[in-house]
Amino acid sequence: MGINFDFLVDGLSLLFALMITGIGALVFLYTSAYMQGDRYLDRFYGYLCLFMGAMLGMVLSDNIFTLFVFWELTSISSFFLIGYNNESKASRKSALISLTVTGLGGFFLLAAFALIGNITGTYSINEMIGSAAVLKAHELYLLIIIFLFIAAFSKSAQFPLHFWLPGAMKAPTPVSTYLHSATMVKAGIYLLARFTPVLGGVLVWNNTLTIVGGFTMVYAAFHSIFKKDLKEILAFSTISALGMLVFLLGLGTSEALLAATVYIVVHALYKAGLFLVTGIIDHETGTRKIFKLSGLRKVMMPVAIAGLLAMISNAGIPPSFGFIGKDLIYESALQLNMNATVLTAVAVLANTLLLYASILVGIKPFAGPLPDTYKEVHLPDWRLWVPPLFLGAVGIILGLFPVIVEGGIITPALLSMHPTAPKIHLKLWHGFNLVLGLSAVTIMGGLLLYFSLKPSIRHEVWLAKFNKLSPQNLAIYLSRKFRDFAGLWTRLLQNGYVRIYVLVIISFLTALLAYQSFTQVRFYVDPAKISPLTSAEMVVMLILITAILYLVYTPSRLAAVAAMGVIGYCICLIFVFYSAPDLAMTQFAVDTLTVILFVLVLYRLPKYITYSNWLIRLRDGLVALFFGLLITILGLEVLNEPTSKETTQFFAENSYTLAKGKNVVNVILVDYRGIDTMVEITVLTIAALGVFALLKLQLNKYDQEL
Amino acid sequence: MRHLTFKTATNFLLPLLLLFSIFILLRGHYLPGGGFVGGIIAAIAFVLHAFAFGLKDTRKLLKIKPMSLMPAGLALAVFSAILPIFQGLPIMTGLWMNEPIPVIGLIGTALLFDLGVYIVVLGVALTIIFTISESV
Repeated sequence: MGINFDFLVDGLSLLFALMITGIGALVFLYTSAYMQGDRYLDRFYGYLCLFMGAMLGMVLSDNIFTLFVFWELTSISSFFLIGYNNESKASRKSALISLTVTGLGGFFLLAAFALIGNITGTYSINEMIGSAAVLKAHELYLLIIIFLFIAAFSKSAQFPLHFWLPGAMKAPTPVSTYLHSATMVKAGIYLLARFTPVLGGVLVWNNTLTIVGGFTMVYAAFHSIFKKDLKEILAFSTISALGMLVFLLGLGTSEALLAATVYIVVHALYKAGLFLVTGIIDHETGTRKIFKLSGLRKVMMPVAIAGLLAMISNAGIPPSFGFIGKDLIYESALQLNMNATVLTAVAVLANTLLLYASILVGIKPFAGPLPDTYKEVHLPDWRLWVPPLFLGAVGIILGLFPVIVEGGIITPALLSMHPTAPKIHLKLWHGFNLVLGLSAVTIMGGLLLYFSLKPSIRHEVWLAKFNKLSPQNLAIYLSRKFRDFAGLWTRLLQNGYVRIYVLVIISFLTALLAYQSFTQVRFYVDPAKISPLTSAEMVVMLILITAILYLVYTPSRLAAVAAMGVIGYCICLIFVFYSAPDLAMTQFAVDTLTVILFVLVLYRLPKYITYSNWLIRLRDGLVALFFGLLITILGLEVLNEPTSKETTQFFAENSYTLAKGKNVVNVILVDYRGIDTMVEITVLTIAALGVFALLKLQLNKYDQEL
Repeated sequence: MRHLTFKTATNFLLPLLLLFSIFILLRGHYLPGGGFVGGIIAAIAFVLHAFAFGLKDTRKLLKIKPMSLMPAGLALAVFSAILPIFQGLPIMTGLWMNEPIPVIGLIGTALLFDLGVYIVVLGVALTIIFTISESV
């Protein structure tokens, strides 16, 4: 099948693998204190490990189908973790929504992979790069990238598939840190980055990513400034950052890809740090409402420092690594040939709003006077505050000495996305230029916004007015309608009446056959090919028709069964006339058995009552007539088709010599097509077991003997 | 339906029909007949007996549950199909004895296979009919 466990470590997978294991280690440490004494702690660790393994497998896979399996596993483990507080209805609902959205994406991913695999003839991503030109010129290219985009956008929460991510914040904070900001939501980014050398560089690829990413980053950043819950602010700023990454991948130049690579690291560091800080605040004060929190620096200084460091990196204030990241983003946007001004402005706008959000989370809870309610709050266990402080410190150290990651991580990652990228050199200070100016504008804008826009509940209420139009509500509305439709459809077709099933099947078949015969078949009957009726055949036909008419009109059930028997025997006779003695014999025996069976059952049924009115009878009659007519036409048409006698001849010639039998029919049954017969008798057995189970299996007395 | 004539006739018909069904099974390889028809005729013989004497007596006569005939027949068919493997031949190759046995005729794996079909059909028909007639 070509589906192997092929693993490959290159720059890109190394970057992600380091993020997964590095932040993972800190999150595990944090969890041991955060979830201390939890009832299902073992389960929680189990899910986290499952996720970590799946995520590592995903970024290291070279085979697209192994990648797909790991991709789905991350969705499933995310489902378990979001629904971890399984007693809360909201959390179960969020888990289901996120599984639906990411699962839908997975479905499209499989479709995209199947198409890619078929076109290139290989399932190895590394080998696909060689067939990139073939793929890009293929007529299905558009379909492939649409499928791939749906998968990536659903996982990485791009508009309009972003709505599951804020809901996913119902999960415990370590999960939000790990899955829903630092790693899992970057799986879509990873997918796009991974396939950039295979499918990227085409205009439609770049434009779609730029537009969707650009829109998402502004849309989500705008939302984040109206949210009052720390985690919700972070959720929307995460979506915005993911939008930024998609936007950069869409620009597609080597500078933009470099900026994306650096920004992946920057974002993972500061966003994980901010989430961990939020978790501590929630854990110690019991609230995440932004307008309630202030002055916490007086009781938990190290946490305040961690928040400040993360915020500095987020805001892109020198000398943080975030500053380098933001510089690169502006630089790559400015160097574009087309629309440079617009795209740069969009990036500056989004960054300004993100800066405001980061101040809200990183500084606001710690600044100002300490309310009396929080006087008792104390510094938590070291396992809680060391991880965010460490992440914040790394953000600053990397800013001061970018050479640490430049050669070992950033360059190889860039080269695996863009094999011909020029040599890079990361540095903090570029001198006074336009990029520095834009950075200053961003920082000033963010601060201005912070001092002019005080958080209050009013904004959230104002925003809620637009809820009806939000993708989430539209999706829920649509799925509800779909459920209603499915219910209606099921009640209509699967209503449990055998007569309706038969009617539907026959009508459908008739319609299909009629369509096919009217469009494909030319009606032509060659009178020379039809043999004249003998008197014996006439008599049998007459009996047959009489029996059918009698069957339809008789008021007695038993008489109807007897008439059915007569019809069966007449057909046997016809088989005999046309020299098919085996068939006749079997039909004869089966008919006898059927009549016996009917008699057995009918004997005990209540008196025959006519339930159907003339209208239903007319309908049934018409369906039967049309079906019979079509079968007749089909039978006549078969005469016109040229038949191949090859198989018949082969069977006739070899039956005796090879299979030592003179009855060709039987030799076919037990020798040539023996496997068929084998399956048929198995089906018979299953049918008998089914009858037995249906009638005999009464749960309280199933030990009844047959 | 428990008329004396019917009962007496059935006493004679049952062995005759069973013999006939085996005859049909054996002649299948050369003339019209075979395991499927043979199995149904045997089933008709037992159903006839059930009509005349009641289901209980028929079960007593049969001694084994009709349901257990199905796996036995399937096993026999599978056995005859994989027998050639032991001689290094592909699955379902027909193996035949060199000399025909009097009355029965030439014996080979195809006949074994047909016997399996016969037993399965008999088991299926009896299981369905017995189950239904007991349930209504």
